[in-house]
Amino acid sequence: MSTETGTRTPEAAAEPPPAGASAKERAPQGHRRLLTRRDRLILGLMAGVPTLVHLALVWVAALASIALAFTTWDGIGFGSITWVGLDNFRQLFTDNPQFWPAVQHNVVWFVVLILIPTPLGLFLAVQLDKRIRFSRVYQTAFFLPVVVSFAVIGFVWQLVYNPDTGLINSLIGANEPGHYIDWIGDPDLNLWAVLIAASWRHTGYMMILYLAGLKGVDPSLREASALDGANEWQTFRHVIFPTLRPTNTIVLVVTIIESLRAFDLVFVFNGGAHGTELLSILVTDNIIGESSRIGYGSAIAVVLLLISLGVIIPYLVSTFRKERRS
Amino acid sequence: MASTAASAPRRRRPPVRPARVLLHLFLAGTALAWLAPLLWAVYAALRPYGETSTKGYVSWPDRLSLGNFSDAFTQSEMPHYFGNTLLIAVPAVLLTLFLSSCVAFYASRFDFRLNLALLLVFTAGNLLPQQVIITPLYRLYLLVDLPGITASGKLYDSALGLVLIHVAFQSGFCVFVLSNYMRMLPHELTEAALVDGASVWRMYWQIVLPLCRPAMAALATLLSIWIYNDFFWAIVLISTGENMPITSALKNLSGQYFTDPNLVAAGALLTAIPTLIVYFALQRQFVSGLTLGASKG
Repeated sequence: MSTETGTRTPEAAAEPPPAGASAKERAPQGHRRLLTRRDRLILGLMAGVPTLVHLALVWVAALASIALAFTTWDGIGFGSITWVGLDNFRQLFTDNPQFWPAVQHNVVWFVVLILIPTPLGLFLAVQLDKRIRFSRVYQTAFFLPVVVSFAVIGFVWQLVYNPDTGLINSLIGANEPGHYIDWIGDPDLNLWAVLIAASWRHTGYMMILYLAGLKGVDPSLREASALDGANEWQTFRHVIFPTLRPTNTIVLVVTIIESLRAFDLVFVFNGGAHGTELLSILVTDNIIGESSRIGYGSAIAVVLLLISLGVIIPYLVSTFRKERRS
Repeated sequence: MASTAASAPRRRRPPVRPARVLLHLFLAGTALAWLAPLLWAVYAALRPYGETSTKGYVSWPDRLSLGNFSDAFTQSEMPHYFGNTLLIAVPAVLLTLFLSSCVAFYASRFDFRLNLALLLVFTAGNLLPQQVIITPLYRLYLLVDLPGITASGKLYDSALGLVLIHVAFQSGFCVFVLSNYMRMLPHELTEAALVDGASVWRMYWQIVLPLCRPAMAALATLLSIWIYNDFFWAIVLISTGENMPITSALKNLSGQYFTDPNLVAAGALLTAIPTLIVYFALQRQFVSGLTLGASKG
């Protein structure tokens, strides 16, 4: 039961039963008459309390980030908050040696995730969708990394990358002093090393999303295309793939958001130093690092906020518009 | 005739098709490669440090033992950190489910004008990267005094603080999923109850909530894994090592034992075990939950 509803969301909500549509217009009036005062109070609390918690901790905080981005503040007492206009941003864009590399790394992160694990996940999903034996076993193997914490993944991959005792260097004989390949320390290598670990995890995630999408494909489409004499690739290319459009949208949004959120893996690897700077790491550095430059950290957060809203808003608008139309 | 045609695709399994064999070889090989990093960690954890330091890590084992696992478990007070996680995750999962089902109930059954706005606010909030809100949140947590309620006397560095932010953040996703789910329940159900004079609370608790059990189970599985796996909030909002949940405490452990990678491997694997148990026990719920509202980042 839950699987069925699963594959239908979020488009699922787009198809309320026909009777529901008329009930919709009718209901509020009927309710208003029937609800007692106590009922209305309870309803208000039920909707109000969670909304307040969410608004206060998420949205008010986001707005506060924007406000703080135009100030400097050392965090000691409110008196030291000073309005500085665009100074933080000016400094960020021109003076900070870590900012542009971080932006670049976030972009690289996204490009790699969308070019390698995403098609690979789709490919695996298509293979596993063929109703083959042991499908569940394979699925579990690919999906296991998604279940494990990013922090744990970081430690596991350190065992692979460690210059001295790691799997790779031991295998290729680069674990002797003087021959070290420092996968984690070398600024030219470490981003790619983390990205392999990130892609490893992302593939399983994408595979599950595509598997769900493929379950929703109408079997008669396949039959029709087989009758027309299309081969496997043609069927996929011209019949199956176009029907996966909603899944592709979700995959794109998820991948962008994941690349903006990327944090744990890098933080465990090397704290985001030399070659693996990310926007998320820069924000965090301003909080738990030595320097507490709140306004400056907020300015980076605002950059992150603007990029993510640029993705979130169009996605939600199109999703909800579809929902309304029906 | 017609019946054979219909059942044919199901029964058809030719004895050996080269393409299928190739596919299985490919999938088995890839699956093994996929598990390799985890298996490597298991292998390293099973070997004593003394042996690997003389023979190297890529070598045939003389002796395999669970010694590293038991050492990691006892020497680093892992049970204490598991306890901390439990103290955070259990209330956070229950509260998130309760509060988001309340909002979803309201939005899907009563106020349809507000439905869209509420869904937008919650869903968008859940998609934001955590770093966007962390700076003001951190200051706020330091500001809120709770003498006598939390050990630290503040919201900062307390399990309560982590529970709150988990609830606020994760409810975005749950409201979205549950409200979609509740809208598919027939309207007649609650309308009849309303006409019969049932209170709103009763409609929620005795009619709607029981029907949402499949969605709630899926979300509970998903939330427990996500909240258990959280690293970021705990790293920023908890300062005392003692108060850390297991995933962020692992970082301290590895700093302490960085000279013995085998022990760190054992600790990391132990940390992963609860999520693996939940996953294997509730695989169906987990996967269906993940695709239930696939907008989750």
